[in-house]
Amino acid sequence: MTPLAGYLLIAALIFSIGLAGALTRRNAILVLIGIELMLNAANLNLIAFWRYGPHPELLTGMIFAIFSIAVAAAEAAVGLGLVIHIHRHAHTTDLDQMNRMKG
Amino acid sequence: MSYLFYLLAALTVAGALAALMLKNTVHCALVLTVAFAGLAMLFLNLDAQFAGIAQLLVYVGAVAILVVIAILLTKGSETSKDEVFSRSWLVGLVIAAAVFAVLSWAVIGSIRVLPHEMAVPDVTVVQIGDALVDRYVLPLEIVAVLLTAAMIGAVIVARHEKEEKR
Repeated sequence: MTPLAGYLLIAALIFSIGLAGALTRRNAILVLIGIELMLNAANLNLIAFWRYGPHPELLTGMIFAIFSIAVAAAEAAVGLGLVIHIHRHAHTTDLDQMNRMKG
Repeated sequence: MSYLFYLLAALTVAGALAALMLKNTVHCALVLTVAFAGLAMLFLNLDAQFAGIAQLLVYVGAVAILVVIAILLTKGSETSKDEVFSRSWLVGLVIAAAVFAVLSWAVIGSIRVLPHEMAVPDVTVVQIGDALVDRYVLPLEIVAVLLTAAMIGAVIVARHEKEEKR
């Protein structure tokens, strides 16, 4: 197995674990955690392709991963702010109980 | 493939699995830091020092703290009496397993054409900084605007209700 294939498989595994968590957990914060894991798996792919790509000196994958980390941080801040707001409103973070769009 | 890679991969996968399977949400957030740290070390193992340290600072430093604070603010710290998984957990699990099967099938199918061990790229922080303010200056500015907007938006969203109650 080439090293790149190993990293890609690990990234696919972490992505799937994050997806499973986002689809199965009831707590909204844990769904956000699952989404963060999926974003991290994508970053691992970007870095692995940068490392084993034909032109690492162009830094394309590395810069893409750094921007991706910044966007993921912004997403986490807004997502957790929304969860706190919903909790103040509905007094729950259980996604199975949040079944109305009207407050 | 070195033993270090397998060790880091096992640590990361174990952390990610535990973060999404434990019952207590605070424990989930704590083992999540292990998964994030493992990913940062995988980045370092890939000779991406800058991205690895950025991952460590942003995820282990900021996002993990944010998640813990959000859990404590939403009373999620108490272990819930009823089931932690949603009613349709089996469907979600099947979808995730199918996605993993497709992704790993694609990777294993293309193993012949994937490149083998390459020379370690010689990249310094100076080069990354030059690239950021030269070739990638427009994305950098857009990310700056996005981070400012996200910060203001998060503060407004999180404190709106409080002012209404007063």
